[in-house]
Amino acid sequence: MANDPSSPVKLNVEFRTIKGHKFTKDGTKQALLNLTQDQGGNYIFEFENFPDRNVCKDFVASAIALSGEAGRTVPEKSAVPIQDEQLSAAEMERRIKLLQEDSDLQKLHKQFVIGGILSEAEFWATRKKLLEQNYSRRPKQRVALKNDMWSTKPLADGQSNRVTFNLTPEIILQIFAEKPAVRQAYLNFVPNKMTEKEFWTKYSRAEYLHSTKNVIAAAAEAAEDEELAVFLKQDDMLVNEARKKIRQVDPTLDMEADEGDDYMHLPIQDHGLPRNDNKDVLDSQYEPYRRSFSQHLNQHAAVVLQGRVIDVELGDTRSVAEALARTKHAELAKDASDVYLDKERLERISRMTEIEDLQAPRDPAVAPLSIKDPRDYFDSQQANAFSTLGDTVSGAKQLKCSVSTREAYCSLKECISEIKFQGLTEPTINSEVAFKVLNGLAQNISSNKYHLGRNPNESILDSLPKITREELLLHWSSIQELLKHFWSSYPITTKYLLTKATKLKDAMSQIYPKLQEIKESVQSDLRHQVSLLVQPMLQALDAAFAHYDADVQNRSARSGERPNGF
Amino acid sequence: MSPPVPSKILTDDVSLLMVLIDTNPHFWSSIKPHFSFSKFLSHVLAFLNSILLLNQLNQVVVLATGINSCGYVFDSSSGSVSQRAESLLPKLEEFAENDESLSERDDDSGNGVGSSLLSGSLSMALCYIQRVFRSGPLHPQPRILCLHGSPDGPGQYVAIMNSIFSAQRSMVPIDSCVIGIQHSAFLQQASYITGGVYLKPQQLDGLFQYLATVFATDLHSRNFLRLPKPVGVDFRASCFCHKNTIDMGFICSVCLSIFCKHQKKCSTCGSTFGQAKTLDPSASQQR
Repeated sequence: MANDPSSPVKLNVEFRTIKGHKFTKDGTKQALLNLTQDQGGNYIFEFENFPDRNVCKDFVASAIALSGEAGRTVPEKSAVPIQDEQLSAAEMERRIKLLQEDSDLQKLHKQFVIGGILSEAEFWATRKKLLEQNYSRRPKQRVALKNDMWSTKPLADGQSNRVTFNLTPEIILQIFAEKPAVRQAYLNFVPNKMTEKEFWTKYSRAEYLHSTKNVIAAAAEAAEDEELAVFLKQDDMLVNEARKKIRQVDPTLDMEADEGDDYMHLPIQDHGLPRNDNKDVLDSQYEPYRRSFSQHLNQHAAVVLQGRVIDVELGDTRSVAEALARTKHAELAKDASDVYLDKERLERISRMTEIEDLQAPRDPAVAPLSIKDPRDYFDSQQANAFSTLGDTVSGAKQLKCSVSTREAYCSLKECISEIKFQGLTEPTINSEVAFKVLNGLAQNISSNKYHLGRNPNESILDSLPKITREELLLHWSSIQELLKHFWSSYPITTKYLLTKATKLKDAMSQIYPKLQEIKESVQSDLRHQVSLLVQPMLQALDAAFAHYDADVQNRSARSGERPNGF
Repeated sequence: MSPPVPSKILTDDVSLLMVLIDTNPHFWSSIKPHFSFSKFLSHVLAFLNSILLLNQLNQVVVLATGINSCGYVFDSSSGSVSQRAESLLPKLEEFAENDESLSERDDDSGNGVGSSLLSGSLSMALCYIQRVFRSGPLHPQPRILCLHGSPDGPGQYVAIMNSIFSAQRSMVPIDSCVIGIQHSAFLQQASYITGGVYLKPQQLDGLFQYLATVFATDLHSRNFLRLPKPVGVDFRASCFCHKNTIDMGFICSVCLSIFCKHQKKCSTCGSTFGQAKTLDPSASQQR
């Protein structure tokens, strides 16, 4: 629509609907600003000049940004995350899994959320702990370093004299971790002296030489090529590290560790392992070029067990090297500054190597134990037991024995001998007494039948028919859920809470008559028990209703004074 | 022990009954006017003989619970022929002699009735039962019957509870027949936990009838019978400060002592408590 200043129609578009803006470059024929709506339409504005257009453009940009945010924050401000909740896929999955595992939870969910009484968010708000538990159960495992040592047996091409080595970033990481001298060399040489490819070629050559175990050739090549020498010689940095580690061993914990465990400084004879091949005594000039397999293995094992110390992407070799160097430096610095730790260690050593017999007696470093007399506790328990059994008379009566022990034993023995000589009385028991006893027992048992189940461990719920039991339990859990939400929405401050409370109250008033029905449907002999069970549920509901009614009354009384409600 | 029994004969109503008789002389002399030990013995002996008559393979073992010692006084399976219960009398006399010799001179007279060593005899009964369990897959079903009258000794509480739990684990019911004046809290708990019967006869001269009606049935038949049981066992705790029975209270997290009111310091272990959290009234839930 062309610009017609005389047209009476004014364009009024809310910024909320404008999603984006486009503009022509400065210096082109026309200064245009194109505002696109999310429904697809767009408005094109033509300006007189570019500066004006640019001012408008900036304004429009900020306005769009603002309205975008505002659109998102409005629902949050009402303090209610209703249907706009952005759930991630993981969260949805967790919830579904939880519902699948727990059928009671599923029933509640179906009843309330799908029934429209509670919203999803409210339902799950109180169950965050369950969701978290589920989530954290999944172990977060990281892949550790590979344990296989980089094979020094390269792929040798049978036909030509070429030997190929394969280097992946993973392998490079391991090389840097195991051989600090190589890492240092990398940082020094690349990219100043040689390219990465050259570096690795040299390194591979060194490895090849080592694999042939030809020490003399190694020495010869090292003499020619300075850089190669670095790879062939012993790793000094490693040596220092090992030494430091030994010094840090706490003798109070590991008495055996000593200088002998320093595997880098031992002579190359693999200790204990039989050396079956050449015991050729080489010139001392060749010593540095030997490499011991056991040393290599130890170092490799130490690195693997340490795991991944850095989190850098493996692509860039240089950054990996630097990161490793940084970690090592940090460790060094920490150790150097840990004088306090050293002092503490010395103190502990001196304390633990004390000979106890030669020490002066020391005050016990513990507070004396004060244990109460168990009789206090027991006496009260006894009183309980008696009161339950209805033994009011003799509970307090103490049996008095005014006879000395000897006499007591005498009478006991007399009784025994009496029977021995006289035999059992005939009849054993008087028939009237027996009859009375039998009657009394029968009466006792029959009167108890209606109070309890077959054995005292059984509860009343088990004696109900299954359907009733399930219903009762379901009602109980639903009432609990409803009451929880109901009471948490008081005091009512917003309209949302008011509607929520009303909804909950309606749901509760629906359950109320169901409970009454259950009470009536049960058999007559169980009715008393069931009504005892149902009573607290009804009481809780009544309390909630009373509170609701009182609140409604209050509110209507208050709003009577203020015509515009709250 | 008796020779192994072919499985055809060992039906499921064969029982091994361990009877623990209270021979506390102080108790028996204090109860003398109402009920004498000799009458008691005659009822019990008749009962034991009738148990042995119920089934050819039934076994009865009697332990005497004294105040200084406990001992076996009768084992129906010892000897080649099943013996009558009267043969326990000489052994019982011997036991009483022994028990007397163990007691200290110049004992407390008029000091009230002491307690007998129930924990000891319970343990001995359980050991015998364990031996029977290990004798092979075919054995009678064991149960324990306590004929007890002495008051409960608080010092034996832990030992008795341990025996009770051990009996529960081995699924051995402990029946109790309390002949004393007072109820026994220990035996009440024992019978409740192990699934046995607790009874305090109202008429002691009808003791045989009580024993025959209630305690003679084997474990298998008990599934079809209704036996008397107390109305309920009170397991409620009592607070340590006032000895009142309470349903809800405060518990020290260090030593588990129970108090009815909030306290600053635990009186048993001395640990200090932190501030109690006040409940948010809007979030309180009514039960």
